[in-house]
Amino acid sequence: MATQLKDTRITQTLPQGSVSWPLPPRVRPEFADHDKATLESYLASAPLDEVDIADPLWWETDTNHVYFRRLREEAPIFFTHVNSNRHRGFWNVTRWNDVMAVDTNHQVFSSEAMLGGITLFDMDSDFIMPMFIAMDQPKHDVQRKAVNPIVSGQNLAGYEELIRSRTCEVLDSLPRGEAFDWVDKVSIELTSRMLATLFGWPQERRRMLTYWSDVSTSDPELPGSPGKEERQGILLGMLQEFTMLWNERVNAEPTGDLVSMLAHNPATRNMPPMEFMGNLVLLIVGGNDTTRNSITGGLYFLNKNPGEYAKLKANHGLVENMVSEIIRYQTPLAHMRRTALQDTVLGGQLIHKGDKVVMWYSSANRDDTVLDRPDEFIIDRARARQHMSFGFGIHRCVGNRLAELQLKILWEEILKRFDHIEVLEEPERVPSAFVRGYKSMMVRIPA
Amino acid sequence: MVKIIYVEHTGTRHEVNVPDGENLMEAAVQNNVPGIDGDCGGNAACATCHCYIPSEWQALTGERSELEDSMIELADTAQPNSRLACQIKASAALDGLEVHMPATQH
Repeated sequence: MATQLKDTRITQTLPQGSVSWPLPPRVRPEFADHDKATLESYLASAPLDEVDIADPLWWETDTNHVYFRRLREEAPIFFTHVNSNRHRGFWNVTRWNDVMAVDTNHQVFSSEAMLGGITLFDMDSDFIMPMFIAMDQPKHDVQRKAVNPIVSGQNLAGYEELIRSRTCEVLDSLPRGEAFDWVDKVSIELTSRMLATLFGWPQERRRMLTYWSDVSTSDPELPGSPGKEERQGILLGMLQEFTMLWNERVNAEPTGDLVSMLAHNPATRNMPPMEFMGNLVLLIVGGNDTTRNSITGGLYFLNKNPGEYAKLKANHGLVENMVSEIIRYQTPLAHMRRTALQDTVLGGQLIHKGDKVVMWYSSANRDDTVLDRPDEFIIDRARARQHMSFGFGIHRCVGNRLAELQLKILWEEILKRFDHIEVLEEPERVPSAFVRGYKSMMVRIPA
Repeated sequence: MVKIIYVEHTGTRHEVNVPDGENLMEAAVQNNVPGIDGDCGGNAACATCHCYIPSEWQALTGERSELEDSMIELADTAQPNSRLACQIKASAALDGLEVHMPATQH
């Protein structure tokens, strides 16, 4: 294995600047159907260079793990070359320690929106939305601190009762003995209610937040998604609505919600409109997509692992540990991207200034050189809190404790009510290399 | 072995004998001291082992690194005497050190 590792790295010579580089053909076979076994066997044997792991197919079918296992073993820092107009090529960082090294080196690896931001696909150059996750120090720090108090320990303690009462209400309203969509009735319902509270947004219009979240992470190239211009129009509409809230709150006493916090903090009160929009998108997606998909993922994993479900039913005290394991195993955001500010060497590979570097949290969370049996879902895993899903360094998830609290309360209340919740069929997944999530998952609670 | 006393926000004390050279986050986690999480495994990259060092011990526990400083500054419970326990290694000089914990970790 060691020899193979070395060889692979040597053959990975980079395309740079005007140097013409003989690109291997980027042709993926057309598969007659998206049968998981067929796709997995292709990923297990195709030349590494032939695969574009950013292709939504590998995410919609949840087959990408096969490729990442190969990268971790054969080429842990690997360059995926340009794919026509989809992307200009990027480095894959796949192992735990390398992801940690990039995530904590803010001097070399930038999050700056003007350089493309924090996802594999660059922001539209004519529609740059600055947001604090896509800023470097020092501006990042002052903006992040403006919203930090919303998830302070004290604030979370104040939310606990509200979260619990809403969770009970939602669970008590679920049908018995009939099939329903868990994503819609539980995951979206709970996260949108929470998000409306955080923003001081009218509860009756909470699903608009879900809609904007979905639009901002949607892929304009995919059929059924809003195109680039339509997407921009929808987000400008969101900005308009939030600007009305802002104007109401900027001259009023602070109300403790995110809009009020941004309007009153000297670091954020004079943000240009696009920056206000950027931060809205960040906070909406951050508070919505992620927890939503861990809520769905947890139930799915327990169904796929009946032994773990039985363990949980026998010992409700495992909930807290299980929550961390769910978040690891789901990895609701599969990656974060950085841009190299200078030439640097990472894991023996020369990264050039300007290169796009993608940290695959979803792969680092399955690195068996750091984690014991990482491909298994183990609710009483030792040190389950040590996972990559929240990221590390200054951009680490600001809402991590809130997410954990929401999931903990949900599972405590589920266990009080339902002996079992049955997943009826494979869930429908989001076709995205960024948001690792579920569109729907049909379940039934026995009557 | 070096005696370290972890003091919870409520005042509850936990005395732990820490092997020389081990960092104070690791020692707390290994001994199930509540209030120290250590999510990043000791890289100063998450601030979930945030603690306060009494003034008389500060010279002996050293200075914050750049990353440690950034992470602490983003915690809402940060104080001038804040440190990350994972960045402090047990040594004979620290025998009897009191490490105080915030009400919650971020």
